[in-house]
Amino acid sequence: MSIDLETAARVARLARIRVDADALPALAQEFNTILGFIEQLNEVDVEGVAPMTSVTPMRLKRRADVVTDGNCQGAILSNAPDAREGFFVVPKVVE
Amino acid sequence: MSMTDLNTLTIAEARDALRRGEVTSLDLTEACLAAIEGAGALGAFVHVTADLARDQARAADARIAAGDAPAMCGIPLGIKDLFCTRGVPSQAASRILQGFRPEYESTVTQNLFDAGAVMLGKLNMDEFAMGSSNETSCYGAAVNPWRRGNDATPLTPGGSSGGSASAVAADLCLAATGTDTGGSIRQPAAFAGITGIKPTYGRCSRWGIVAFASSLDQAGPMTKSVRDAAIMLGAMCGHDPKDSTSADLPVPDFEALLTGDIRGKVIGIPREYRMDGMPAEIEALWSEGAAMLRDAGAEIRDISLPHTKYALPAYYVIAPAEASSNLARYDGVRYGHRAKLAPGDGITEMYEKTRAEGFGPEVQRRVMVGTYVLSAGFYDAYYNRARRVRTLIKRDFEEVFAAGVDAILTPATPSAAFGLGEMAEADPVQMYLNDVFTVTVNLAGLPGIAVPAGLDRQGLPLGLQLIGRPWEEGDLLNTAHVLEDAAGFVAKPAKWW
Repeated sequence: MSIDLETAARVARLARIRVDADALPALAQEFNTILGFIEQLNEVDVEGVAPMTSVTPMRLKRRADVVTDGNCQGAILSNAPDAREGFFVVPKVVE
Repeated sequence: MSMTDLNTLTIAEARDALRRGEVTSLDLTEACLAAIEGAGALGAFVHVTADLARDQARAADARIAAGDAPAMCGIPLGIKDLFCTRGVPSQAASRILQGFRPEYESTVTQNLFDAGAVMLGKLNMDEFAMGSSNETSCYGAAVNPWRRGNDATPLTPGGSSGGSASAVAADLCLAATGTDTGGSIRQPAAFAGITGIKPTYGRCSRWGIVAFASSLDQAGPMTKSVRDAAIMLGAMCGHDPKDSTSADLPVPDFEALLTGDIRGKVIGIPREYRMDGMPAEIEALWSEGAAMLRDAGAEIRDISLPHTKYALPAYYVIAPAEASSNLARYDGVRYGHRAKLAPGDGITEMYEKTRAEGFGPEVQRRVMVGTYVLSAGFYDAYYNRARRVRTLIKRDFEEVFAAGVDAILTPATPSAAFGLGEMAEADPVQMYLNDVFTVTVNLAGLPGIAVPAGLDRQGLPLGLQLIGRPWEEGDLLNTAHVLEDAAGFVAKPAKWW
């Protein structure tokens, strides 16, 4: 499996990380090194082995479906790069 | 005891002195703050919280005077920058969390504060805990207080909890918190000649700790002795309803379990950890460690963990996959950095520019690898296969424990601390190999502890790792305590900073 420039660009786009075109060859090369290392997993016989979902056998706890927290708008917005009138502000999304 | 070297005390020594009224927490705290002040060259502390520390120390002194003093009361600690601490910069050593001051306190730090502990400040680390040398930090690398004899080459304190290791080894604090996803407590502990334990997955709440790979991350103490690790671990862990993977189990008095008696215990020596090219000194130290435990009455047994060699490749699928999901939240909307936008830029440009500016190269690499292995068409081939291999790695351990093995002894790292910048030309996989002995433990969710056991011929510390059964940190700490006693490691780095 070899990552070409087009795949590297697609992965960067999926990850929402801007990568300049001139940085793509080095990035693709690094992906290939890492994926080459990962290829070893193909040597393992995993027939009939379930993928691990929880490292410790545990049943996730349930609780009553009630509000336990809230009324902290100021605290939630306090670290926002841009917040106005009680909202997070982002560039226009809908025309 | 001199009032100027109070920062060199262990937790146990300080606790006993506090209870006898020989020192105050404020004395201890001032000694540490002075040590931090003079240790800028180590790059260990990245945000010092001196005022908060003094307030907490005064409160602890009042509590001790009132006779209400848990073991950690009044003990000055360093806190890894990965822990969210209310009102104090908590940025996981990343530019993308520049300026972030949490409105809440992580459960682990809250537990420590409830026990009366004092926070001196935040400690350097690899960005988002992704690294083995502390060189991916946005603050610049932390430096190991140890040097190769008279050679002034700056060495890595390891990673990702490199600031924690450096600070404890240099006596800037009595102990520190760390976190461990693939070895990030144990490898730096070994590189800096201190003790570090990663408890069983679920022992410590992950709530309020910046997430890297949620199925692997665990917090733990980094300390000057095994006894201190037992004391501090007890204060850090416990059930937390805010973390759905937190174990609802009683926390034993770990210190009380340090009996020093390991007669009849079975210690496994896994043949797969004998790597090609392993330095002879590490091989020799490993054999000496086994002999020490045998002399203390344990049975040493050769064992096999056949899937060991697949642990690192499985880790480098699972951890990046989880990281790509966890780090999706850094989008420039709710906290931290937002890129300056050009006219006409929309929300996608905002995300892409913010993440390109905010994440360093290693974090970007791992997020993208994770994105790739989770993408349509590759999910089964990479992610599901890695999770199947993880099942087999855990089964290897279950089988040796079922056969009567109580703990497993291995080297902690494949080398002593290396020079900062020495791995700059290596490909990323070479750096990943640092975790070869530690990463299996995270994949299997087990407790593991690194104990300093000797010096190499250059005068650098080397550690041994003990791996325990799930939830039996007490037994593991007891075995580690015996190893510590027998190894008699008392060396300290000569002060140059």
